[in-house]
Amino acid sequence: MTVGRVHSIQSLGTLDGPGVRFAVFLQGCNLRCSCCHNPDTWDMNGGTEYTAEEIVRKAVRYKEYFGKDGGFTFSGGEPLLQADFVREVFELCHKEGINTCLDTSGDMFNEKVRVMLDHTDRVLLDIKYTDGEHYRKNVGCDIKRPLEFLAYLNEKKIPTTIRHVVIPTMNDNEESLLKLRSIAKEHECVDKIELLPFRKMCSIKYEKLGIPFPFGHLPEPTKEKMSEFEKLIKGINIR
Amino acid sequence: MEHKNWTGFNGQTWKDEINVRDFIQQNYKEYKGDADFLAGPTERTEGMMKKLESLFALERQYGGVLDIDTATVSSLTSYSPGYIDKENELIVGMQTNRPLKRGVNPFGGIRMARQACEAYGYKLSSKVEEEFKFRTTHNDGVFRAYTEEMRQARRSHIITGLPDAYGRGRIIGDYRRVALYGVDKLIAEKKKDKENLAKETFNAEVIRLDEELFQQIAFLGYMKEMAAMYGFDISEPAGNAREAIQWTYFAYLGAIKEQNGAAMSLGRVSTFFDIYIERDIAAGILTEEGAQELIDDFVMKLRIARHLRTPEYNELFGGDPMWITEAVGGMGEDGRTLVTKNSFRILNTLYTLGSSPEPNLTILWSNALPENFKKFCAKVSADTDSIQYENDDLMRPIYGDDYAIACCVSAMKVGKQMQFFGARCNLAKLLLLAINGGYDTTSKMHIGPQMPVMEGDKINFDEVMQRMDTYIAWLSHLYVNTMNVIHYMHDKYAYEKTQMALHDTNVGRFMAFGIAGLSVVADSLSAIKYADVHPIKDENGFIVDFNTVGNFPKYGNDDDRVDLIAKEMAHKVITELRKNPTYRNAEHTLSVLTITSNVAYGKHTGATPDGRKNGAPFAPGANPMHNREENGTLASLNSVAKISYDDCRDGISNTFSITPDALGRTGEERTSNLVNILDGYFAKKAHHINVNIMNRETLIKAYENPEAYPNLTIRVSGYAVNFCKLSREQQREVISRTFHESV
Repeated sequence: MTVGRVHSIQSLGTLDGPGVRFAVFLQGCNLRCSCCHNPDTWDMNGGTEYTAEEIVRKAVRYKEYFGKDGGFTFSGGEPLLQADFVREVFELCHKEGINTCLDTSGDMFNEKVRVMLDHTDRVLLDIKYTDGEHYRKNVGCDIKRPLEFLAYLNEKKIPTTIRHVVIPTMNDNEESLLKLRSIAKEHECVDKIELLPFRKMCSIKYEKLGIPFPFGHLPEPTKEKMSEFEKLIKGINIR
Repeated sequence: MEHKNWTGFNGQTWKDEINVRDFIQQNYKEYKGDADFLAGPTERTEGMMKKLESLFALERQYGGVLDIDTATVSSLTSYSPGYIDKENELIVGMQTNRPLKRGVNPFGGIRMARQACEAYGYKLSSKVEEEFKFRTTHNDGVFRAYTEEMRQARRSHIITGLPDAYGRGRIIGDYRRVALYGVDKLIAEKKKDKENLAKETFNAEVIRLDEELFQQIAFLGYMKEMAAMYGFDISEPAGNAREAIQWTYFAYLGAIKEQNGAAMSLGRVSTFFDIYIERDIAAGILTEEGAQELIDDFVMKLRIARHLRTPEYNELFGGDPMWITEAVGGMGEDGRTLVTKNSFRILNTLYTLGSSPEPNLTILWSNALPENFKKFCAKVSADTDSIQYENDDLMRPIYGDDYAIACCVSAMKVGKQMQFFGARCNLAKLLLLAINGGYDTTSKMHIGPQMPVMEGDKINFDEVMQRMDTYIAWLSHLYVNTMNVIHYMHDKYAYEKTQMALHDTNVGRFMAFGIAGLSVVADSLSAIKYADVHPIKDENGFIVDFNTVGNFPKYGNDDDRVDLIAKEMAHKVITELRKNPTYRNAEHTLSVLTITSNVAYGKHTGATPDGRKNGAPFAPGANPMHNREENGTLASLNSVAKISYDDCRDGISNTFSITPDALGRTGEERTSNLVNILDGYFAKKAHHINVNIMNRETLIKAYENPEAYPNLTIRVSGYAVNFCKLSREQQREVISRTFHESV
């Protein structure tokens, strides 16, 4: 029996995967993205321990709400760090007829992750930037990693949503977005790009934790800019 | 019997007997399409609405009451006809001779009528005062019979809001009967029923019914006179859609002229009207635009309906509501949906006329409703925050497919069942009473079984539960007896002649009891069970506060440890109530509903073991206490869904506020997510939900600057209000409620 470290549970998740979802945010992350919204999930030792069965027993109570699109989502933190646990939960979900969805940065790839993906119905893959320099500086990993992860998803034909936080002055330019669009187009598994506006509501969390918010000085993108970008990537959503 | 106005209608049973349901079943056309067919407001409608808007603004300027006719006692024919705009009105009829002018109705109690006039700077005319010197009102009768203990229960606020000084309401006449049959046929049937009584043994029960039938027949006559004053002869069946709506409205108008009941609900008219509209459209005498106009005009009339209330009344039932509840949608017993195009049209009035709390549009939700209708409802919710949802799959097996909702959540078969309304008792106060051995620390009264204050440094769970059993049994006996007095007197002195004339003669009766503070009690008992609750005593040795140490499960997190306590408390109360016989053998029912009285109930209740401070508001209805939900929206909904409808047949109200962002990213996502939430919640056998999709900031802005938000509508507890019509205190409480946000 694998035990997972859980940061929090949201019984109504509408923003992490299609439809109404039971969203579990896992504790622990190996990356330190400058735009991170959930710095309180970084610590590998925090959180509350749950067994896979305990989590699924909770999720089952919400089956009636899932409709045809909804289901279970693991987000974080970085779920790949607890791939065994995620796999176990997803397997149990499938036994209950619950759709499974994984929200990840795709920064890690090993045998455990591979097995876990066999039980994953959809991946929300965060492509944070489209160039290696930004990835190195503001994420702390090589851009190759998420791209390799995406290639594997494509090979396995796992439906994928690319998520991309639009951060003013960092990646809010046409060139970057067009590049993102072409990455998506090259992979048939991608049926949607979700552009998320960079938000600073999480500043309070950084303050509480006593750590600096690296992008705290950046502005949030305007609604107009966001819809401009939406138009730019349009087309990919209706593959 | 045949009638020329029935040409084109199918079926026979409804022609042989009074049976509106059969008429609907034989003739309605289900509609599964989308909302694209709907027409917008016509120029006429917009012009009329502009007039109304300025009248509403004037009413607000005048402190909530535009005018009062203090010299006339309200009844069906006591005012000359009134109009908004005689030339342009499609449906006519007004409560008094001018829009928004309120009549006085002293039959419930002269004191209430007098005080209400005075509160708005008027004086009840000496003519009315003189007349009622020689009349017994309902209120007079009740207080002649009340025992000392009943008075104490009232004074200590252990039972509050009882209809002992105002009309009880919550009776829905089958107003459609007037349209389908015409008044003459209804009179003839009632006369037959009266003649048939001659075969019975004339005991008190039969004599009472005999006299009631006399009054019903007389008032059906007055209804005809009232319509004649407006130039209509309603003795015969309605001949087209406009007449069907007009006849039905006259019947409803008669009821609200005669009675100032707390809730004067409309029933289930939309699909009934659709049959007439479809016939007219097929005959080429009505267009879609014209059909929407008729419904718009009808709804405008409902929006200007008013009763005269006292400020004290408004504290319990805030926002000047009438509860003109219209049940929309639902499924038929044969599996066809009862959704018609007119179900869309009545919802469309929230666009053609703007959002509004009245009529109280209530969707009877079934998993099997057409997807297009579900989506439209969800969109209307997101756009207007004006509608509520109740579980048709839960109610249909009990009430069939022609029931409606009285007030907020009270189901009854239209024209076949009625209820004796009974407000609610304060369960949280009862818990404190039990702990203090029959002493109420807020009213400083000894009431109920007398025993020592609970001893020890820590409140013991088993002991408290044992005491609760004793006090629930005591209160149930007192509550039923009190209700018996009230409804005996209401039947005697303020009988609803018009509405009961539109019921079957042998009517099924419910006696509707209620509880407030369920979540406070559940959390308090959970604290006593799972944490350490140390009592704090005052100088006289009574427990006035608690020091609760440690964590405990809280209702609203889908945690059975506490949720089942809430469920069990409701079960205990109804079980005890049922042991006490009711007036006219009414069936006991129970609601978990507070209207806006959760604020007033809280004010009269001391600190509770869950950490709620002395005087702090309760959560409304069956809601979890604000901001104690830690696992998000669905967990909260699951907790409420556990309260059993079998225990609470008078309804379980849940009011839910969510920010648009938490419901999804796009309008389309929000709509489909809300549909899934409703499907899920009702599949869990939950009964009712109010849906507000808004940001707290909007309410704060409206609180600070009410004039800028005259039409801001918000669902509160089984009904909707204009936010600006709530008291400041009620507004603050609404703002403090949980808003489910995205994380």
